[in-house]
Amino acid sequence: MKFLLSRLASALIVVMGVSALVFLFLYMVPGDPVEVMLGESAQPADREALRRALGLDQPLLTQMGHYYYNLLHLDLGNSLYSQRPISEMLLERMPATVELALASLLVAVLIAFPMGVLAAVRKDTPWDQGAMGLSLVGISVPNFLMGPILILVFSLWLGWFPVSGRDGLISLILPAITLGTAMSSILSRMVRATVLETLNEDYIRTARAKGLSERLVIWRHALRNALLPVITLLGLQLGVLLGGAVITEVVFSWPGLGSLTIESIQRRDYPVVQACVLLISLAYVLVNTLTDLVYGWLDPRVRLEGGR
Amino acid sequence: MIRSVIRYGWPAAIMLLWALFAVGGGWLGLDPNHIELSKILLAPGSDAWLGYDDLGRPLWDRLVAGAQTSFLVAVLVVLISTIVGTAIGSISAYLGGWWDHVIVRIIDIFLAFPGILLAIALAGLLGPGINNVIIALGVVGWVGFARLARAQVLTIKHREHVQAAQALGTPPLMIIWRHIIPLIMAPLIVEATFAVAGAVISEAGLSFLGLGVQPPESSWGSMIRDGARYMLVAPHMVLVPGAALMLVVLAVNLLGDRLRDRLDVRTRPRE
Repeated sequence: MKFLLSRLASALIVVMGVSALVFLFLYMVPGDPVEVMLGESAQPADREALRRALGLDQPLLTQMGHYYYNLLHLDLGNSLYSQRPISEMLLERMPATVELALASLLVAVLIAFPMGVLAAVRKDTPWDQGAMGLSLVGISVPNFLMGPILILVFSLWLGWFPVSGRDGLISLILPAITLGTAMSSILSRMVRATVLETLNEDYIRTARAKGLSERLVIWRHALRNALLPVITLLGLQLGVLLGGAVITEVVFSWPGLGSLTIESIQRRDYPVVQACVLLISLAYVLVNTLTDLVYGWLDPRVRLEGGR
Repeated sequence: MIRSVIRYGWPAAIMLLWALFAVGGGWLGLDPNHIELSKILLAPGSDAWLGYDDLGRPLWDRLVAGAQTSFLVAVLVVLISTIVGTAIGSISAYLGGWWDHVIVRIIDIFLAFPGILLAIALAGLLGPGINNVIIALGVVGWVGFARLARAQVLTIKHREHVQAAQALGTPPLMIIWRHIIPLIMAPLIVEATFAVAGAVISEAGLSFLGLGVQPPESSWGSMIRDGARYMLVAPHMVLVPGAALMLVVLAVNLLGDRLRDRLDVRTRPRE
């Protein structure tokens, strides 16, 4: 219980801080944000109207109070570009991002687990070196290079998948592979490390000393225990996926929160940019906190250390 | 220099080439904005070297110009991040108390933005241009160093030689600089190496999104972005800058791996 409370309290502080930072975004726009948003040819009356609508004519602390008040009421204001409520736009784009994140996580797990386990069990053999070399290459190929290459080979040359957009399951495959392979490169190294660490534990030596077959030792004793830390990793990675998908979404014109962020930056629709960044970061914090809690629930040792 | 290239093999050679072209590219007499209308989208070959882009500009010249961009951004961003992050992290850990509490919270808040999202938002708000890319990546980059330096300093600030210096009345900043920083250099160097790879990818990513350097300036990221539109007819427009980017990042990462093994550094200090 103490663990739960302390974890929630620190998450709350982070959430407040993140929103404050996002609030200050408008002050980072060089010059007058209203002028930047409306362009130089705007009428003075329109400028004043926008200034009032954004609350920029109020003292900073009043603005901040309003901002938190509106956030708590889930009122994010309207888009300057389409005049639509921002919350509505976010809800519209969210399913695509979540769908892509989950699919990519699946791809990452399917690649990373066999690779990481293989590398750990056959440590220092060509298998290990091959898997780790591959993962290093994967880390070094950014999504905006992987994406176009996949499009070239599988969409343009082979014609198996659509080039872009979100139209059924088939259009999900290439973006999910792009994100998933990038993730699996990091994940497989982590899986390898955790399995290696587990293989050094006393109970593994005991199991081996009992005369169990190596296969049984690995599957029954090592992997089961190695899975626990990997859950944390998965949670962290899911959070990264929710946010890190920005570039991949743009590459594939995937209609999620990431591409909404970029579109809004291009339209100088800063309130929408703020809302997107806020939502993605909050989702990240939420997933991380949940992961921590689940981990603490599964492993009492963490709970005890954290509560102290 | 030569000896380390031999010891670290091709990763060091690639990094050396990258640095040489970035620093000395100006003397090669290249013209990345020269347009040859007759050579538009020409593929690499004996008369075209690395080929030409959609406007008829030579890819080799633009590649070298892009190396300058990525090198400049990476060096400055990593330098700023390392200095600012190490200073904040080590002072915070050394002094402890409420100051340390506040810094830890601030670090947590910055880490709550996944991936390069914060850099994207900052670069988008500040407007395009290489200076703003450096600012955006620097604002995001110091956090990792601050966390690392803080964790490292916490483990050694109670060592005897530090206590001896304290007993002699050495001022705190002097203790940190003389007696603590030298001991935490190894992990910082490893982190800085990986940060170079991160900065190169981030700069290219921002430029790919149109938030980095602006045309006609050249960046590997914007070259990939321009090329993606001509994938079918001129794949070299993506593959040439893509290969350069991948090789440099791979080389830096490999070097980081080797440095880590050599300096015997744990990636994540136990907290």
